[in-house]
Amino acid sequence: MLRTYLLVALACLSVGTLGCVPTPNQRKGKLVLTGSSTVAPLAVEMGKRFEAENPHVRVDVQTGGSSRGVNDTRSGLNDIGLVSRPLNADETDLHAFPIALDGVCVILHKDNPVAVLSEAQIVDIYTGKIINWKDVGGPDAKITVVNKAEGRSTLELFCHFYKLKNSDIKAHVVIGDNEQGIKTVSGNPNTIGYVSVGTAEYDAEHGTPIKLLPVGGVAATSGNVANRTFPLSRPLNLITKAPPEGLAKEFIDFAISDKVYDLIREQSFVPIPR
Amino acid sequence: MCRYPADRLLLWVLRACAAVAGAVVLLIAAFLVAESLPALRHIGIGAFVTDRDWHPAEGMYNLTPMLWGTLLVTAGAVLLAAPLGVLSAVFCRFYAPPFVAGLYRRLIELLAGIPSVVYGFWGLVSLCPLIGQLHPPGPSLLAGILILALMILPTIALTADAALGAVPRAYLHGAAALGLSRWATVRGVALPAAKSGLFTGVILATGRALGETMAVLMVCGNVVQTPTGLFDPLRTLTANIALEMAFALGDHRSALFVSGLLLLAVIGLLAAAAEVVSRGRVYG
Repeated sequence: MLRTYLLVALACLSVGTLGCVPTPNQRKGKLVLTGSSTVAPLAVEMGKRFEAENPHVRVDVQTGGSSRGVNDTRSGLNDIGLVSRPLNADETDLHAFPIALDGVCVILHKDNPVAVLSEAQIVDIYTGKIINWKDVGGPDAKITVVNKAEGRSTLELFCHFYKLKNSDIKAHVVIGDNEQGIKTVSGNPNTIGYVSVGTAEYDAEHGTPIKLLPVGGVAATSGNVANRTFPLSRPLNLITKAPPEGLAKEFIDFAISDKVYDLIREQSFVPIPR
Repeated sequence: MCRYPADRLLLWVLRACAAVAGAVVLLIAAFLVAESLPALRHIGIGAFVTDRDWHPAEGMYNLTPMLWGTLLVTAGAVLLAAPLGVLSAVFCRFYAPPFVAGLYRRLIELLAGIPSVVYGFWGLVSLCPLIGQLHPPGPSLLAGILILALMILPTIALTADAALGAVPRAYLHGAAALGLSRWATVRGVALPAAKSGLFTGVILATGRALGETMAVLMVCGNVVQTPTGLFDPLRTLTANIALEMAFALGDHRSALFVSGLLLLAVIGLLAAAAEVVSRGRVYG
């Protein structure tokens, strides 16, 4: 009697094992992602988590800019393209899946009385035409301009929005990551800098003496980035040539699920609410 | 010497150790050259000194402002830290009561153990705003020199202390017997006798200052320009690599390896110069 039970239990167990394990393991193969160097670090992190869930899958990420992402996708050199901008009018043949939003805002020290800067004023400050705060309604003090190091996506987005070339910017301090920019601005009341909205908002809420300037009358909050009213922002897209299927579809579904929101926030991007 | 098997074994072990240490340096140099080659071939060596500026995204690759930045910040830090370190060691050896000397030595050792990123962080949040009040922007050559001097001070102070401690007792007794004052003993006997150790300490500290990355990255402002005053921001070769490596591709990435190669060349020159200067005079 006991033996029968045991046998039945064993049989159930083995059926159970057979029935369970293969499901996540069945996915096999390799995914090649190429394109924007802004999206690439995020795609690498997502790829690692996807590989951890599917041990037989390899996710290979290569950078080379959004244009490479589009070209490779069209010519079939990759499975998924990475593009850090909305698709252009002549790219409607491709399918885009936004996975996150990237927003950048100008920050000042909290004690700086200047509350708003127009687009032209920001351009003049960054190109060295305005060098004193009193010309934009602030105190009589020299402006310290903080710029980002070459290759950073925030720099790219900032320059693109204000139609600046990096070589035209007259910077006094060049910084690497967002936190260093926030420390520099919070340590000197006459500084102007720009950083990712997500990071700046978090630090301002936690007592760092900085303020986020609105752009075009829209407050710089991750909420406004998420609902796409904040102008200085862009979507980060995964693109495919045909409607995705198989492994590519699995990966895209994974990348737009809430399983990766923490990865998106770690890279100071804003997840898209669904 | 090789009559005993144990000696022979030891000899080969020592040879292997020396070969590994030497090979690592050569491998690093070879790797740097290999990674720099694409840039040197596409861009040409001339571009690294004649281009208008450093804007890799726009095809401009001038490294000279960063070379000057590295040299100036290092020279300033060594000029400041060397007298301070040596004199503090003199105080510790010849003037301080034993209790104070012991306590002081422990404190300097503690200073040597603080990681550079902590110095950099302190510089960024305290020193730079202070300098900024004096003369904006704040992150500057001066901030870099002060932070670096603080970082290499313990290296110089500790090696100088050890060197002064190694001066034979008999010399000092001789000086005492001649009726020399304490300062005359220090100046005329102890310092010349300890010259080689003092020199080694300064060279070690200079090497450390040249290679320091995180602290200078945080306090120097990182603007690519040749500084013309103490309050001008600058970028060093090391900071250039650390700032841009994560996002660099193609020729840009390769140009960063050229920065590293240049830094290695500077350190090589320093070592060679030290050898020439010291030959027959310090170590002889």
